[in-house]
Amino acid sequence: MTETLATYSLVAIYSAMAVYALAFVFFTVDLAKRASLAPEPVAATAATGQLTAARGGTTTLERTETVTTRKRGRFERAGFALTVIAWLLHLGGAVLRGLANGYVPWSNMFEFSLMMSLIVVLVFLVIQFWLDLGYLGAYITGAALIVLGIGTTNFYVDVTPLAVPLQSVWLVIHVFVAILGTSFFALGAGLSLLQLLQSRREASGKTDGFLSTVPDADKLETLAYRVIVIGFVFWTFTLIAGAIWAERAWGRYWGWDTKEVWTFIIWTIYAGYIHARATRGWRGTRSAVLSLIGFGAVIFNYTVVNLFMKGLHAYSGL
Amino acid sequence: MSRPSDYVDAATPDTARRPEITQPGLGPLGYLRFFWRQLTSMRTALVLLLLLAIAAVPGSMWPQRSSDPNGVIQFFADNPDLAPVLDSFQLFDVYTSVWFSAIYLLLFVSLIGCVIPRTTHHLKALRASPPKTPARLERLPGFTSRIEPNLDAATAIDSARDLLRSSGYRVQLFNGKDLSASAERGYLRETGNLVFHSALVGILVAVGIGGGFSFSGQKVVIEGQPFVNVLAGYDSFNPGRFAGEHSLEPFRMTLDDFSVVYEEENLRAYGTPTDFTASVTTYLPREEGQPGEVKVNHPLAVAGTNVYLLGNGYAPTITVRDGEGNIAFDSSVPFLPQDQNLTSLGVIKVPDALPEQLGMIGFFYPAAGELHSGALTSVHPDLVNPVLTLRVYTGDLGLDSGAPKSVYSLETDTLTEVVGGDSGVDTIELRPGESAELPNGLGTVTFESKDPDAGPNNWADSVPRFASFDIHHVPSQGWVLVFAILVLGGLLASLFVPRRRMWVKAVELPDGGIRIEYAGLARGEDPTLEDAVADIAERHARKLTT
Ligand code: HEM
Repeated sequence: MTETLATYSLVAIYSAMAVYALAFVFFTVDLAKRASLAPEPVAATAATGQLTAARGGTTTLERTETVTTRKRGRFERAGFALTVIAWLLHLGGAVLRGLANGYVPWSNMFEFSLMMSLIVVLVFLVIQFWLDLGYLGAYITGAALIVLGIGTTNFYVDVTPLAVPLQSVWLVIHVFVAILGTSFFALGAGLSLLQLLQSRREASGKTDGFLSTVPDADKLETLAYRVIVIGFVFWTFTLIAGAIWAERAWGRYWGWDTKEVWTFIIWTIYAGYIHARATRGWRGTRSAVLSLIGFGAVIFNYTVVNLFMKGLHAYSGL
Repeated sequence: MSRPSDYVDAATPDTARRPEITQPGLGPLGYLRFFWRQLTSMRTALVLLLLLAIAAVPGSMWPQRSSDPNGVIQFFADNPDLAPVLDSFQLFDVYTSVWFSAIYLLLFVSLIGCVIPRTTHHLKALRASPPKTPARLERLPGFTSRIEPNLDAATAIDSARDLLRSSGYRVQLFNGKDLSASAERGYLRETGNLVFHSALVGILVAVGIGGGFSFSGQKVVIEGQPFVNVLAGYDSFNPGRFAGEHSLEPFRMTLDDFSVVYEEENLRAYGTPTDFTASVTTYLPREEGQPGEVKVNHPLAVAGTNVYLLGNGYAPTITVRDGEGNIAFDSSVPFLPQDQNLTSLGVIKVPDALPEQLGMIGFFYPAAGELHSGALTSVHPDLVNPVLTLRVYTGDLGLDSGAPKSVYSLETDTLTEVVGGDSGVDTIELRPGESAELPNGLGTVTFESKDPDAGPNNWADSVPRFASFDIHHVPSQGWVLVFAILVLGGLLASLFVPRRRMWVKAVELPDGGIRIEYAGLARGEDPTLEDAVADIAERHARKLTT
């Protein structure tokens, strides 16, 4: 039974990957088409309507124009439809894995990558109800594809009973919140990356390319900030919940174990990022670079620290 | 807002003051003020935060004495040239090193220097009333207006005041050219920020002070044996600066039974343990024994001290009769697990044996199986086919020299091997209940069975198990948790409570009636400001018509 469910789970995941790949193609074509489009009002509206707190502070806020209602292109809409289908398959894969396990599907690296990509895509899809983030479609589906690809080929482990040290409610809470935090940081990193590209374009004065159809750097920075701040709250909770679990399991809430060190480093970098946003001279490019460094540390923590560094947190299952 | 001068929202850079401070004529006080302002600036805080992140990295690259002392010893052995160099930079004690401490202490000084003026300022702001309504609202975020032909200004503004108050705003009416209500809300945002930063200090202090009063100790307990909570009862004991013998609450705990459940259905994980339970009885002075359980992730609290289950293994019971027929050794010996299937290694020292002291190195296999090479290995962690093998040495064990010796290792360099290895005598192989003669009339050794009925069909209870417990007392733990929760709460308030101003103005029109204007202003991140203004306008309209 367990074996069958685990196999079905993999089938669902592979199918999801195939559909994500299609969605990625559509989103990429959409970006290419945008590039050939004349720079339409999108950028213009955003530029005039945006709060430019960077210079004068909030006392000189301009009234923001109503949010742009750009019509989504044909390819973009197809990309979204495919992403939704892929996500449902992906969700099915995760649920089946959980049923096969008999416990939550986030107890080893394979399952972590499964859940992380699931949440990133979910957040991306849900945000569309408020914001038009179609320009991130290629980044998100591409990232989901890579994460699932690495997860299934390099990190895959068979369903086994939950190891005794992991039998704790804190596995359910701490790890899930870590996944949430990671997902928001991933989205934030995408926005920060785009912000850097955008501000380079703005500096060069070029008006073509798909970047001319996405919001200006200020707007992207604000979006990135909002997403990352949510990730930061989750990360803070992860840190605290991790300390509580460590106390339950090992009798000490903090011991500078490798994984604890990196969780702390990531937290500190993002605290730095939040400060940078509030420090004159650090808004804009510098804070965006910090956001990318922070996400780099997240990836390092998940890969190198799990696989190659010695520590108490041996949960990769490999 | 009394924030550091390089805070983004600060009105203008403080260029005016700078030359005055840097003037050399100002004397030491001027310099002090200058450094203080530098230290408590946003930029310094930011740089220190990033430095702290960088400084934490080396602690994950090299083993640390605090978390992995054996790793450090190993590293010294493997890299005899590099290790002392790294050590001179405190790279094996990163988190207590001078440079790491310097960074976080400076950061916290900066933090305190930043938070105190902001707190006093915020306390004043909490009592102040909202500022005067701007003359022109049209250019402010969310501006909307509506004509009310049949209303007078006083009615409209009165009802706006009630509405704003009930929505959590602090309201002040102004009667300039036009009657208006000026409102502000979200002081909790700044409160949250201050609570967040102060609670960070709280954590640091609680960790620092609490560490001094805490202790941790380790003890291996064999089934049926007691642990007594006195200094001598521990195998190892690490007290904080102010902790010691006096911190130990008097109690006693016996390990009645240690049971393990193994996976038996899933063939891919066959034999992996799925549950460990240490059943214990605890005794407080002048009280009846209390039954209890210690499990992984579920410590047992006894008299303000927590007992954690960290490891387990087998402790074969061994009796040695020496050449003169006396019982020279009779005890259960914890064997240290070497692999998943609990192939275990143990050492038996018999200093009282006559005519010569005896030392033995033993391997215990709970489920012995033979490798192609003929060597034994364990194929399952449970007692399926228990086998004990022994090599025996004679000579001076060196126990009288006074130098501390680990009970888990035997120095064989100065001993003579008499059984196993190159001695020409085959290694002794015993099952529970069996005995073997030692050569040269040195005596006999017996592997005692705990269960007299155990045999080839059922070895289940033949060998006692041991549990290794960590015993900790960390009095500040609760405080750290309280501050951590304040950090989280403060953070939530500070990031997600919108702080904003809102204005409602009634402009009297020349031909009767009024035009009601609404506008808002964000102070800090506030993605929903415009919706909030629209909402107030709409609710106000509804209120006026009923
Ligand atoms: C242990 C060191 C510190 C950490 C971990 C830290 C962390 C944070 C975090 C996470 C925030 C965003 C949440 C909030 O607004 O409460 C924040 C905001 C802030 N911090 Fe710190 N901080 C530290 C030290 C300092 C210092 C030394 C200063 C003063 C120089 C400072 C000044 C501020 C200010 C003004 C804000 C508000 C930023 C805004 O308006 O967006 N912090 N800090």
